[in-house]
Amino acid sequence: MSDPVSALNGASFSGIASVDESGLAGMITLRGDLASPKLQAAVTSATGATMPEPGKVALSVDGGLCWMSPDELLVLVHYAEVEAKLAEINAGLAGEHALAVNVSDARAVFQVSGDGAREVLGKLCPVDLSAQAFVPGQFRRTRMAQVAAAFWLDQDGSFHIVCFRSVADYMFCLLSTAAQSQSEVGVY
Amino acid sequence: MLILECPYCGVKAEETELHAGGEAHLKRFGPGSTDGEFHDYLFMRENPRGVHFERWRHINGCGKWFHAARCTTTLEVFGTYSAQTFEPPQNIRDAITAKRPGWSWRDLK
Ligand SMILES: [Zn+2]
Repeated sequence: MSDPVSALNGASFSGIASVDESGLAGMITLRGDLASPKLQAAVTSATGATMPEPGKVALSVDGGLCWMSPDELLVLVHYAEVEAKLAEINAGLAGEHALAVNVSDARAVFQVSGDGAREVLGKLCPVDLSAQAFVPGQFRRTRMAQVAAAFWLDQDGSFHIVCFRSVADYMFCLLSTAAQSQSEVGVY
Repeated sequence: MLILECPYCGVKAEETELHAGGEAHLKRFGPGSTDGEFHDYLFMRENPRGVHFERWRHINGCGKWFHAARCTTTLEVFGTYSAQTFEPPQNIRDAITAKRPGWSWRDLK
């Protein structure tokens, strides 16, 4: 039996914000016509989340839907259920021009929380992270220093960052450096 | 710094989130064309001081290609628009005319 582990096995750092690798997360990338009722029914019933508006994430107790582009969603599910959910989504998509793929093991997920969370991300991406501009439920694909990343902001003020697993160590070092204690800029 | 609004996802993307794709609205000349047409398609580009039309890709984002109309002298952006068009839409032309009366680019005015 294989024993799945996340890229950094739950590494964490604490400074002006806490940086934690979130561990294994089930993720399905889905390309298709997001306006299609059939596609909408398949992903909303699989996750329990509503369809997200452009630039938003819709979360439920057991999963979520992230708006990636006009024809792409990132479907969040429990890691242990990903194959079953993928089969369920594919069954719902029968006859649709769409493609759903399990990308769970190709991704790493981090959580940045605490008072300095906005500052930590603000140091790394060309995104307005002020409280007025970036509100809970918002989802943004961008770059963090040299690598592609996507993140959303939770109701509790913590950021969830998704990146490629191959750059997980780079991302953790990046977030930890940006979160060094006494490194507040005081912008947000 | 150049900031372009991606017409597909609405993100106001800073230049480092984008990838420049060169001059907009090129017509491809391939097999069957004359040597002169193929030469012009490959090598001849506008290099204006002022109004210019370009292709950009929202590479660190939704991944889509789009078009942008901007001024090469001031970096002023007149607008961005869909990639699925052979020429700039009227609202973009009107926006340019409002700011740069008498502008021209290739055979556009
Ligand atoms: Zn975009």
